[in-house]
Amino acid sequence: MWRWLHPYAKPEATFALTQKLIPWFALPGIILVLVSLVWGLAFAPPDYQQGESYRIIFVHVPSAMWAMGFYVGMAIMGVIALVWQIRTAELAILAIAPVGAVLTFISLFTGAIWGQPMWGTWWVWDARLTAQLILLFLYLGVMALYVAFEDERAGAKAASILAIVGVINIPIIHYSVYWWNTLHQKSTVTRAITRLEAPSIAPEMLWPLLVSILAMLLVSIVLVLMRLNNEILRREIHRPWALAELGITLDSSAKAHNDAEKKNVEKKGGADAV
Amino acid sequence: MQFDSWQAFIQMGGYGIYVWSSFAGTFLCFGLLALESIWRRKKLAKEASKQAARAQRILRARAAKKNRI
Repeated sequence: MWRWLHPYAKPEATFALTQKLIPWFALPGIILVLVSLVWGLAFAPPDYQQGESYRIIFVHVPSAMWAMGFYVGMAIMGVIALVWQIRTAELAILAIAPVGAVLTFISLFTGAIWGQPMWGTWWVWDARLTAQLILLFLYLGVMALYVAFEDERAGAKAASILAIVGVINIPIIHYSVYWWNTLHQKSTVTRAITRLEAPSIAPEMLWPLLVSILAMLLVSIVLVLMRLNNEILRREIHRPWALAELGITLDSSAKAHNDAEKKNVEKKGGADAV
Repeated sequence: MQFDSWQAFIQMGGYGIYVWSSFAGTFLCFGLLALESIWRRKKLAKEASKQAARAQRILRARAAKKNRI
């Protein structure tokens, strides 16, 4: 497996792979978004207590779930960046963080909108909501720390450490509704995995919810891959393959110039070594 | 279909403003993220063409210098 994975440490190999993968995520993603919209908004039955307002669940739950999921993904990239010093993993942190931050923001935003009619308040400082707010700050902290250093790789290292330490917040968010008294309801879907209990939701609502969860995952992956490719191109912009991807074709004279430059660098390097 | 008319669909049993604003906000966020990525790629392309032009200028200057000598 390692032999198979190893070429992807090279940025252009990752770029070629993700460029090929994007349409395979984007097309099913867009289709599933449309399906979940129509199903969730028009065909799923209304809730017996909350009426039609519960339809916010079809954006609230997927965004909250993937806000946490992408955080774990970002932390894994942080481990790879720290242990194996792979640049592409560092760039992946930079690609995931904004998407995760937006997912967290959406979950807080739709939660506030849902809270107003159901709880009678936009916001309460209870365990679940506060922990999710901390998740948003962790994402923003990772982004800020990444660019806070003169040397980008030092920033990436610091951001990796913050990302890894911040993982402690993920189980706190998930179990907050069990550990503390809170206004927020208990988990509906993931309890099937984390507590081995049946989902506490009717199948006519569960299915569109699962579709919307998958749809948001695919769309978010596309956004992450687009950002990752941009970051790779930014880092590699002086290299011919990146220039070719950006629509610049080096003619023979420019190529000769590039080769001459390379030789110069090699010579200099040799001289320094001596 | 849970709704009898478009009117009822828009109103969402009195919760229309909450349901629609949360869906609209979500789509706006994702749209902005996607647009930002596309805009960033365009900016990178511009920078690359600038770089290529600079390489060309350097080459031309060097050739001119060689000819003078």
